[in-house]
Amino acid sequence: MTKITRSIIKKSDLRCHSHRKRILDLSQKVGALHIGGSFSSVEIVDTIYHLLMKKNDKFILSKGHTAVLQYVILVSKKIMSEKFLNSYCQKNSKLGVHPDYGTPGIEASTGALGHGLGIASGLAIREKKKNIFVVISDGELMEGTTWEYILTISSLNIFNINLFIDYNGLQSSTFSKNTHPTLTPINKKLKAFGWSVRSCNGHDVSDILKNYNKKEVNKPFALICNTTKGFPIPYMMNVPLWHYRSPNKSEHKEAINYLTKFYNKKNEK
Amino acid sequence: MRNKLAEILYNISKKDKKIAVISADISPAGKMAELSKKYPKRFINVGVAESSMISMCAGLAMQGYKPFAYTIASFSIFRPFEMVRIDVAYQNLPVVIIGMGAGTVYSTLGSTHVTIEDISIIRCLPNFQIMNPCDPLELEECLKYLCKKNNSPTYLRIGKSGEKNFTKNAVSKWHFNKPRKIINGKKICLIATGPIIKLYFEILEKLKEKNIFPSIYSFHTLKPINSIDIKKIFNKYEYIFSLEDISEINGLSSILKNAAFETKYRGILHGFSLKDQYIKNYGSQGDLLKSHGISANIIFKTIIKKSKK
Repeated sequence: MTKITRSIIKKSDLRCHSHRKRILDLSQKVGALHIGGSFSSVEIVDTIYHLLMKKNDKFILSKGHTAVLQYVILVSKKIMSEKFLNSYCQKNSKLGVHPDYGTPGIEASTGALGHGLGIASGLAIREKKKNIFVVISDGELMEGTTWEYILTISSLNIFNINLFIDYNGLQSSTFSKNTHPTLTPINKKLKAFGWSVRSCNGHDVSDILKNYNKKEVNKPFALICNTTKGFPIPYMMNVPLWHYRSPNKSEHKEAINYLTKFYNKKNEK
Repeated sequence: MRNKLAEILYNISKKDKKIAVISADISPAGKMAELSKKYPKRFINVGVAESSMISMCAGLAMQGYKPFAYTIASFSIFRPFEMVRIDVAYQNLPVVIIGMGAGTVYSTLGSTHVTIEDISIIRCLPNFQIMNPCDPLELEECLKYLCKKNNSPTYLRIGKSGEKNFTKNAVSKWHFNKPRKIINGKKICLIATGPIIKLYFEILEKLKEKNIFPSIYSFHTLKPINSIDIKKIFNKYEYIFSLEDISEINGLSSILKNAAFETKYRGILHGFSLKDQYIKNYGSQGDLLKSHGISANIIFKTIIKKSKK
């Protein structure tokens, strides 16, 4: 059972605020940042790393295109150096857009969607005392392999898998409900496959933890995290363009100003 | 060969707890059934789910296990190709993918089950090594090597059942990545990869009657390529014939032709390979091979004709 106290949540909020600011600053160096999907996952990935993972547990970011977020969090965990992060996508750098094996803190090379959960099944099946955390996007639920893994994992009683679905409702080009109106309800589908399933507000650390704490035993666990792509920047939210684009100078300034106001307002409560 | 595979993996598994066989709904023939009952954690059947098989093997290898992905060759790499490419090859993990019943073995099941393109595809994946033993004894050598010394992604291509042993009294011992001389001869070299080597042994006596005493080699490692040993073969023989149950594109004959060009080989080089065509006919394995220009008789006649020149 993970503790939820006001102090823990306050610290989480501050970290998440810093992660977003850091990503925005990095956006000024590269064009291919995938900022929208990174911002939708901030609270999810930060909570996994800082509040849920124990020594020897493993994490796979299956939605590999948002690795910049993972890097920023790895720096906050002191697993990756600030200097290395500053080399992100620069000439001769070893740090690129997608997670790559051999990079400090990265378990698997992802970026082709629909792989991470399968690799997680192999990490988990003979190491039952370790918890394996995986973050996928709702877009990955369109990949056939994702459902194959979901079926395989529950059928083989692999219970030490914790699947966090960043359900921001958008894929690269459009809303997922436009291309796959039958994707929902996700929870019923996962439950029918034998998973323990909860839903939460994916931008509310307290809600993520509350629902994580309610996972059932002897089942693989999936947490559907309802999020907003680009959150909380108004001009980015739910706009497909921000799947890939990096903000220009004035957009960067606007985003930083908004983020500061947003955090201060949240911190007042 | 699948019984030998099961026997060896069972025996090694008794001592080595790191062995994991991940199968995709293949019937556990021979000792594989015993392995699955006695060591259920070491034999996992993911069902009809080849991508799960490959990705799971990648994860297991990351945790330090020695995973063997095991299913029929036609399903082992084509369906889960992206998982083979990224999860295994790119990440350079010591996963062994076993392609059972490869080539034209499943001769009555049609092109869905006939595997002519596997080597062509796997050869161009960086990091991968490819083994294609010619008989159960050579398979045993391959498996012992893979269980003890392997650090690389590997495609292990095997036959199915009823393969005879040809290497019991082989001239050379088995070494990884070294073409292996089985029979010592003169002037003419017959190189084969995989169990199709049996066609050479079928014509050996007839060739001797014609005063032809060829050497026979098993080219059991198709990748990496051992250029030095190939060059030695080129230097030694005037006539070289290759034989494979694999597409003519990127298989043994391609390897030898490239090497012949690079080494300026001046002898006669002739390859028996499957054509770049899907097989639409049924029958025995021999029938299918014959439709692609491969039979003991065709090989015999070709050797006689070419070596007279």
